[in-house]
Amino acid sequence: MNLTVSLFGIAREIVGQSSLSLTVPPGQSAAGLLAELRATYPPLADLRSLAVAVNNEYAAEDLMLHERDDIALIPPVSGG
Amino acid sequence: MNANHHIALTDQAIDVAAVLHAAESAEAGAVNAFIGTVRNRSEGRRVVRLHYEAYPPMALHQLARVAEMAQAQWPMLRRVAVTHRHGTLEIGDVAVVVAVSTPHRADSFAACQFIIDTLKEVVPIWKKEEYEDGTVWVSAHP
Repeated sequence: MNLTVSLFGIAREIVGQSSLSLTVPPGQSAAGLLAELRATYPPLADLRSLAVAVNNEYAAEDLMLHERDDIALIPPVSGG
Repeated sequence: MNANHHIALTDQAIDVAAVLHAAESAEAGAVNAFIGTVRNRSEGRRVVRLHYEAYPPMALHQLARVAEMAQAQWPMLRRVAVTHRHGTLEIGDVAVVVAVSTPHRADSFAACQFIIDTLKEVVPIWKKEEYEDGTVWVSAHP
């Protein structure tokens, strides 16, 4: 299945674009997506934290992703 | 969506008085506000300006959720108003305003602090500090 992942802040700079289109196995989990992205872009593994957000909520590691989900990679936040 | 919560993101200068006004309630004897501004130094380096990047739909959703958490913990909260800036900010600019109202003051201090502290942990907004000789995404690395 095809996923679109939105990227922000330092994650966007590491990847070099503001969104990624990926083809992943059906039933891919949030943790599986993270592992794949860290393998492809090793500097992502150096961040203090990296979360997957699905439809505006932080995703549990075992959450299954779906093609129509709004998926984003959330590097350490620093608002305020 | 709670009608007593006023949550906003803006790329324009924040009207602090308007945020305070949004927090007022005839039932509240206390309005407490936190105003976060851009300072000119960070860990010993001179900051020239800041850039805030937001993921707007999730930031608004998570801000509303933080307000709901505060409401659950302090049921006496009358109104919650939060406005966060994004885009490029100069030294002294207001980056965020949190304002709450409660019948008595102790609860309003506590709820206001909870909201700004929790905002900084969960709301997808990122701060990039610009120095004279480079830029750094704040808190990105251990």
